[in-house]
Amino acid sequence: MATRTRSEHPPVRRGDRIFSATALGAGILILLILAGVAIFLLVQGVPGITAGRGSLSGRDSFWAYVGPFAFGTVFASIIALVVAVPIAVGIALFISHYAPRRVALALGYIVDLLAAVPSVVFGVWGITVLSPALVPIMQWLEDNAGFLPFFEGPTLTSGRNMFTAGLVLAVMILPIITAICREVFLQTPRLHEEAALALGATRWEMIRMTVFPYGRSGIVSASMLGLGRALGETLAVALVLSGSAIYTFNTLAAENSGTIAANIALQFPEASGTAVNVLIATGLILFVITFAVNYTARKIVDRRSEFSGAN
Amino acid sequence: MAKSIDVSDLNIYYGDFLAVEGVTIPIAAKSVTAFIGPSGCGKSSFLRSLNRMHEVIPGARVEGKIIIDGNDLYGAGTDPVAVRREIGMVFQRPNPFPTMSIYENVIAGMRLNAKRMKKSEADDAVEKSLRSANLWAEVEDRLRRPGSSLSGGQQQRLCIARAIAVEPQVLLMDEPCSALDPISTSAIEDLIHDLQHDYTIVIVTHNMQQAARVSETTAFFNLSAVGEPGRLVEYGSTTKIFSNPDNESTEAYISGRFG
Ligand SMILES: Nc1ncnc2c1ncn2[C@@H]1O[C@H](COP(=O)(O)OP(=O)(O)OP(=O)(O)O)[C@@H](O)[C@H]1O
Ligand SMILES: [Mg+2]
Repeated sequence: MATRTRSEHPPVRRGDRIFSATALGAGILILLILAGVAIFLLVQGVPGITAGRGSLSGRDSFWAYVGPFAFGTVFASIIALVVAVPIAVGIALFISHYAPRRVALALGYIVDLLAAVPSVVFGVWGITVLSPALVPIMQWLEDNAGFLPFFEGPTLTSGRNMFTAGLVLAVMILPIITAICREVFLQTPRLHEEAALALGATRWEMIRMTVFPYGRSGIVSASMLGLGRALGETLAVALVLSGSAIYTFNTLAAENSGTIAANIALQFPEASGTAVNVLIATGLILFVITFAVNYTARKIVDRRSEFSGAN
Repeated sequence: MAKSIDVSDLNIYYGDFLAVEGVTIPIAAKSVTAFIGPSGCGKSSFLRSLNRMHEVIPGARVEGKIIIDGNDLYGAGTDPVAVRREIGMVFQRPNPFPTMSIYENVIAGMRLNAKRMKKSEADDAVEKSLRSANLWAEVEDRLRRPGSSLSGGQQQRLCIARAIAVEPQVLLMDEPCSALDPISTSAIEDLIHDLQHDYTIVIVTHNMQQAARVSETTAFFNLSAVGEPGRLVEYGSTTKIFSNPDNESTEAYISGRFG
């Protein structure tokens, strides 16, 4: 017992000290990087927020300029999320609880592979394959569900509209959501699954009684990660969509709201002077949106943490 | 209402590993049967094969026959889900649903049978089951708190309440009292006494006095060596097994000379 000391503090082991120092260092580093980004955005962005008409593509104020793009960003991401989450949960559940071992393994690899595909590939795929393929579906939606503002039409013949952009985003965020959900579902304690089965639950009832409630916070976190990726996605949207500065829920027509990230990517090369500051300021807005989304998600998760099974 | 169980030549496997071999035993209706034996001899495995919970473990399977009131438990036409609704189970380790409140835990099984339940009906069932499990007084004023907020012993009693809430015909209990204090243990034993008038009860226990107190029939399982399958050594009326067993190893185990 050489490490024991007579001081009032309990002895601290060397391994513990090294670990806590590393963890603290990493934590501080993350905060520093985040603060650095925030400061950069603020310093460079504030002149953009107060910029005059000249650098705002003819808009009266910065807010009028960024508004449609912020709307488009959130709208596209929500479409992606609404499409991707149920599919991701379904695939994850199939892998974790239904598929035979070997199929599950293969599917798991494929999903992980999909997550590694660069976004430019998705963009090109969206233009060349997905958008023409979707046109008949869009047409059908316009004809049969045209009373909904989303499917008002008229359908753009190239198919390169918000509908396609949203679906491309959905495909992009599908793997990450699936992968996390699968991990979370696999973590459901055997003991609780057996408790449900022993009460006479079918497999689906067992999943509803144990797997979903237990994985709730995980599903929310996974969705938020996916949403974060969708919000910040640049290339795929920039390639598929020719966004303009308007507000519209119509996903099928030629005129679509652009997204902040795509707008930055498209405008940045030609921008100069205050116009650059304006673009950086829109980046700041994106930062705030993403932050707000994550914060809300955390709140949702925390609200029922007592019942999460983690205690 | 209660059911008798007839087991013949049952082998229990985990993959290729034969865990329990050649069990043949009749289990009488409306009685309490106790399983005793050293750790690892297959009591839990055997118990789980009685409500088809064994097969939920990947690779696990059984051979042989179990007849419950004339129906082949492992017959082609038998739905394991239906079986488990009639044969309730309390596990060796407490496993209340952590995502449900105490109240929801108790009626979880009833919810499966009847989606729509009158509030008063559910309230009554919850109170009755919790009283039987000797837990009511402790949780009466916090029924909406999570089931995982209880102590280990309270959680086990919650699981017992959950199992009896659906009024199963057979109740399988795997060391239900191993985490309980003497007061709760005796409450559970009282409960078992009450229940045996209507139900068939099988209980696994390491507590010889408990087996002697609650059961009419006792079955002794043993392992001849590590890695060998467990076997049913003998069974008979509890008085006989505890006073004058046929087999030497039974006597040795009961008198505490090994195991
Ligand atoms: N899930 C499993 N996979 C593989 N082998 C298992 C599994 N569960 C139990 N076994 C094996 O089956 C044998 C019987 O185990 P079982 O749990 O039925 O014993 P037990 O009599 O209930 O013991 P205890 O009194 O300690 O609870 C043991 O050799 C054990 O290692
Ligand atoms: Mg056991």
